[in-house]
Amino acid sequence: MPTVAELYKKDLDKLIKPGIHFLDGNTATAEGAITAGCRFYAGYPITPSNEIAEYMSYRLPQVGGKFIQMEDEIGSIMAVLGASAAGVKSMTATSGPGFSLMQEEIGLGSMMEIPAVIVDVMRAGPSTGIPTLIGQGDVLQAKYGSHGDYEVVAYLPANPQEAFDFTIKAFNAAEKYRVVAIVLSDQLVGHMYGKVRVPEYDEIEIVERPKPTVPPDQYLPYDSRYLVPPMAIAGAGYRVNNESLTHTDKGYPTTDRDASFKLVMRLVRKIRENEREIAEWEEYMLDDAEYVLVSYGSTSGSVRRAIKILRAQGYRVGMLRPKTAWPFPGWVVENLASRGVQKFITVEVNMGKMFHVVKEFSRGVPVEHIPYAPGYIPDPDYVVNNVVKVIGR
Amino acid sequence: MSVEAEVTTTGIKVELPKSYEDIKDLIRIDRLPHIWCPGCGLGILLKLLARAIKNSGIPIEKHVIVTGIGCTGRIGGYLKLDAYHVTHGRAIPFAVGLKMANPELEVTVVGGDGDILAIGGNHFIHAARRNDDINVIIVNNFIYGMTGGQYSPTTPKGAKTTTSPYGHYENPFNIPLLAYAAGASYVARWSVLHQNELYQSLLEMFKVKGFAVVEVLSPCIIYTDRNAMGDAVDLVKILKERSTIDHNANLADLDIDFSMKKIILGNFVKRERPVSYEK
Repeated sequence: MPTVAELYKKDLDKLIKPGIHFLDGNTATAEGAITAGCRFYAGYPITPSNEIAEYMSYRLPQVGGKFIQMEDEIGSIMAVLGASAAGVKSMTATSGPGFSLMQEEIGLGSMMEIPAVIVDVMRAGPSTGIPTLIGQGDVLQAKYGSHGDYEVVAYLPANPQEAFDFTIKAFNAAEKYRVVAIVLSDQLVGHMYGKVRVPEYDEIEIVERPKPTVPPDQYLPYDSRYLVPPMAIAGAGYRVNNESLTHTDKGYPTTDRDASFKLVMRLVRKIRENEREIAEWEEYMLDDAEYVLVSYGSTSGSVRRAIKILRAQGYRVGMLRPKTAWPFPGWVVENLASRGVQKFITVEVNMGKMFHVVKEFSRGVPVEHIPYAPGYIPDPDYVVNNVVKVIGR
Repeated sequence: MSVEAEVTTTGIKVELPKSYEDIKDLIRIDRLPHIWCPGCGLGILLKLLARAIKNSGIPIEKHVIVTGIGCTGRIGGYLKLDAYHVTHGRAIPFAVGLKMANPELEVTVVGGDGDILAIGGNHFIHAARRNDDINVIIVNNFIYGMTGGQYSPTTPKGAKTTTSPYGHYENPFNIPLLAYAAGASYVARWSVLHQNELYQSLLEMFKVKGFAVVEVLSPCIIYTDRNAMGDAVDLVKILKERSTIDHNANLADLDIDFSMKKIILGNFVKRERPVSYEK
């Protein structure tokens, strides 16, 4: 796999330098995107993601990229998909209300198999909610928000370091699988400052979309002999019909039963068959844990402290922290359930989202949720008190 | 007489008429026959657009067509070009992304009145304001055809549609005036009956730097039927008899009302205006 050092030789002096930096999560996200090769950004102002757009408008021209502030979020994601179709790695950033508006185009990106990255800096909802405060309510929307069957890849950074790293991973996944990849950041991650170590350029691996190797007359844009077909970009001479309607391998609209099913199968298989390669998670004090707290994003920091307090009180608790919401590492939950865990307890800033996903894999082991959605992450004490209650139930 | 005969993906043997000889390499013959109703003007536009692309002086592989949803949205699929058939109303922002990412591309959006001006209206006025260097062909048939004849942003007040059975209560857009006010560099209106003028206008559109808008009046059998105008051919007759060409017309006079007594066509606007993303 090529590295930043090989791919962006000419631009290396314009990239963020390897070494230790002190950055907020939103800036780290933007620098991660540029390091990954993002050269186009389209977005619409929305709190608490604005620092990403502002920073990209400043940084992209320095690296030969382009920035546009569109008329709305739908226009933003469409411009991103258009720019990517022309061969430029592209992204947008938004928050809950804007992310909701983009759902139809997540379906379009999935159907046309155009790589793109959306950063969703989650805030409190529903509706306009509390723009300046955290929520974690978009976890299910990220996968199920658009109609029809498709798959996304979605990362859950918990600090500025992961905001940097996971944005690069999101670009790599988007390009490798030709899907829409999402960075599910949150208001606290976006605004917290922290240490970010930028690896040496020859340590950062970059994935680029598969390119066609056959001449135009033999090329099929949605060639079902591949799980991820090579992608011809606009203007390259392949002259193909890129189709949002259910289509054949050739890109022609179809209502044929076999062709339709074959397409939808491939769109989900390309992620489902690679879920073990894509999914990432952290296991914290799980070795002897009887009770597994499932938490992610900035909330996991509070849960980590709560586990230390609970351990000191004699409770055998640990944390499973998914780093990818999608694909969800369900087999890890299954293994823990089979191993004899007593209970799973989800701790998220919502009224129960990943709770349902954990339940899907818990093999009958009880799953409980600690509801919390006031625009703040729960204090460690709040987690401790509620875990004790749940354990005693 | 035919230039090409082959069994297509639709299972039907199609012979392309002789008049397509010069553009047969631009038509996806294997997709014919097309889905449009007899009498529809979209076939005419397909031919003229292909011919204008061929003679634009811009390499064919640099032409990209972006379309949304509706009868008109299907036009890209019949052109042997890089074409993107995207979601309803969103062809313009997709085209903006394509053009920004690769300014060498000649990007043309083709859409109906509902697609471009209702659900896509916000994108239309903002792309015109920025003067993005793309082309937009709006095929105006006064109605939503593919979904069965609901009223659109250009349906004249009084017209009967499937969602205005008592006659339409609203006023329509005046497309050239709207495009000009929002900032377009080039604005023209022709009908599919005025083939030569329309063809010349499309050629001009490719030359224009900035946002170019060509409104194309096109008959729709769904519209004419419901409004007792006869069939699509009768609407063409109306366009023929009642239209006048006036390149210098006052844009405010370009409304088309239900009587269709006054239909003004022409190349109305051509102006130099700074283009977005160029200093």
